[in-house]
Amino acid sequence: MDNLFAYIMHREGAPHDSAAELLAAARQLAPQAAPVAILAGHGPELDAACQQAAALFPQVWKIGHPYLAQPNAEILRPLLARLVPQGALLLLAHEHFAMDLAPGLSVKLGAAYLPDAVAFTGIEGGRLKAVREEFAGLVSAHVSLDLSAGAVISLRPGAFKAGEAAPVQGQISDKSAADLDGGMPPARRRYIETVAAEAGEVDITKAEVLVSVGRGIQDQDNLELVFDLAKALGAEVSCSRPIVDAKWLPKPRQVGTSGKTVKPKVYLACGISGSSQHLGGLTGASCVIAINKHPKAPIFQRAEVGVVADIIQFLPVLTKAVRAAK
Amino acid sequence: MEILVCVKQVPDTAENDIELAKGGRDIEREDLVYSVNEWDNYAVEAAIQLRDQVGGRVTVVTIGGEEADEVLRRQLAMGADGGLHVNDEALEGSDGLGLARVLEAVAQQGSYDLILTGAQADDGAGQVGGMLAALMDLPFAALVNHIEPSGAGALRIGREVAGGDQEISEMDLPCVLSIQTGINQPRYVGIRGIRKVASVEIPQLDAAALGLDAASLGAGAARLRRLDYFVPQSGPGARMLAGKPDQLAAQLVEILKAKGGIR
Ligand SMILES: Cc1cc2nc3c(=O)[nH]c(=O)nc-3n(C[C@H](O)[C@H](O)[C@H](O)COP(=O)(O)OP(=O)(O)OC[C@H]3O[C@@H](n4cnc5c(N)ncnc54)[C@H](O)[C@@H]3O)c2cc1C
Repeated sequence: MDNLFAYIMHREGAPHDSAAELLAAARQLAPQAAPVAILAGHGPELDAACQQAAALFPQVWKIGHPYLAQPNAEILRPLLARLVPQGALLLLAHEHFAMDLAPGLSVKLGAAYLPDAVAFTGIEGGRLKAVREEFAGLVSAHVSLDLSAGAVISLRPGAFKAGEAAPVQGQISDKSAADLDGGMPPARRRYIETVAAEAGEVDITKAEVLVSVGRGIQDQDNLELVFDLAKALGAEVSCSRPIVDAKWLPKPRQVGTSGKTVKPKVYLACGISGSSQHLGGLTGASCVIAINKHPKAPIFQRAEVGVVADIIQFLPVLTKAVRAAK
Repeated sequence: MEILVCVKQVPDTAENDIELAKGGRDIEREDLVYSVNEWDNYAVEAAIQLRDQVGGRVTVVTIGGEEADEVLRRQLAMGADGGLHVNDEALEGSDGLGLARVLEAVAQQGSYDLILTGAQADDGAGQVGGMLAALMDLPFAALVNHIEPSGAGALRIGREVAGGDQEISEMDLPCVLSIQTGINQPRYVGIRGIRKVASVEIPQLDAAALGLDAASLGAGAARLRRLDYFVPQSGPGARMLAGKPDQLAAQLVEILKAKGGIR
């Protein structure tokens, strides 16, 4: 399998953390192959990111253009559809940009699409067997992907462990000129600006102890139970996304891939199921304690300590015990 | 503005324990509580708000069995103007591309300026909207969390990017957008509202009515197939505490103290 590619996101001149995971996944698919990293962007930041990617990947394709300074899937998709050869396998990390780029790219390449894979279990007869999660992570599924016309495969960040490979001296090929000569494709989606997430009055990323609340709290009025416990512990309150979507708490308190990444000593998850996007913000948390009424909630896989309880009833009991212990 | 919103009926994972059935070939569907995919509710609300602003019509479409009628009625009760129900056993086992092909055929029977989907559904794939746009060669944006009209023939949209930043763009119509939760507050519909739309006629479509070739549909044509469902052999997982609430609290206090959780 020679046609193995990884699309690498980068920021401020450095490849995204997932680059090494994509390499590990590529090696799993074809240990002998020389996977090609593809990076798109502009200027010195792109050059720097390509240099670093070349320490991981034997080959790097650089696509540079001022229009690509801001990642724009609508511009990149037709370029990749021209550059990536027929029948190739293209890996990328399943996050916001991939969700924008990848499904349509698979169509334009005439390739199959496997979204958000968490493991590969083997290749047999031109089909890749892999594992995905469904139903908010409550069950997993084995899936089989037809590779005969190529495939785009997005990988759950963190699911494929980066290997301990020694740095290589990859070769960087500039693909910009050749394929951009015809000018940029007509942009029917024109980038205007990026609005940074609001800061907010509490910085949960600095908190040592977080009491975090999820949809299990059921009612805005019940938030009081969470704030009482946090006060008793000397902790800050954070939350999962549905609490912010419902406007019960402001966005700066949200933990996860579209919120903050936190690194407390103790993270007390109350009525949070443990979706991949939520756990994506918990990579730096030392001790996760989960309270959930559902014994099979996925959060118990990430947590160190678990309590099966109804938080509406249990949080006041815990708050009282904490106060008494002080 | 003519708007098509693609919606899906899904098991309500907040209400249900998902159990395996038939040795993993399916999940236990008996007694399962179904609801509208969370993301789709936001998409329908966004469509209704846009229509109320600029005029036009909102049509909701679903692909599903007879039961999926309930989802369409709920969206009609929210304020959608019409529903379309694609129901055909031949579609069973379709992959994302198969479903996108069906939606493409549906879209081609109308004349839509804007097509919305939820950003993802119960399988967490987030693929149908992007594929549909590519098939129809329309511009696409995923994870849209803001929409406003921007002159004739364009929208100003915001899309969520990593860390909760928002990327603002201008986009030509017609286009396809996948909608992220939190873009609005979907209105509540009660039993009363649903009763009011009980007799609304919802056209039923099958592959033939959509002019689709049966060979390109369903499990046979799918390049991504589900082999089985399973519950992973979990790692060590959490140490689960046991006891009455008081005892649980006492144990937790000790653990919190040891880990620096009480300050
Ligand atoms: C692109 C993208 C980005 C996202 N970014 C984020 C993000 O940054 N952060 C984030 O959190 N989510 C994010 N999400 C959403 C994510 O997929 C989940 O929908 C969300 O994390 C679920 O939040 P939850 O656990 O609070 O709710 P649910 O999944 O509904 O879980 C509620 C839990 O509460 C339990 N429960 C219910 N009642 C009680 C009770 N009385 N007592 C105890 N337990 C109870 C239930 O058993 C369940 O486990 C993102 C999704 C997408 C598509």
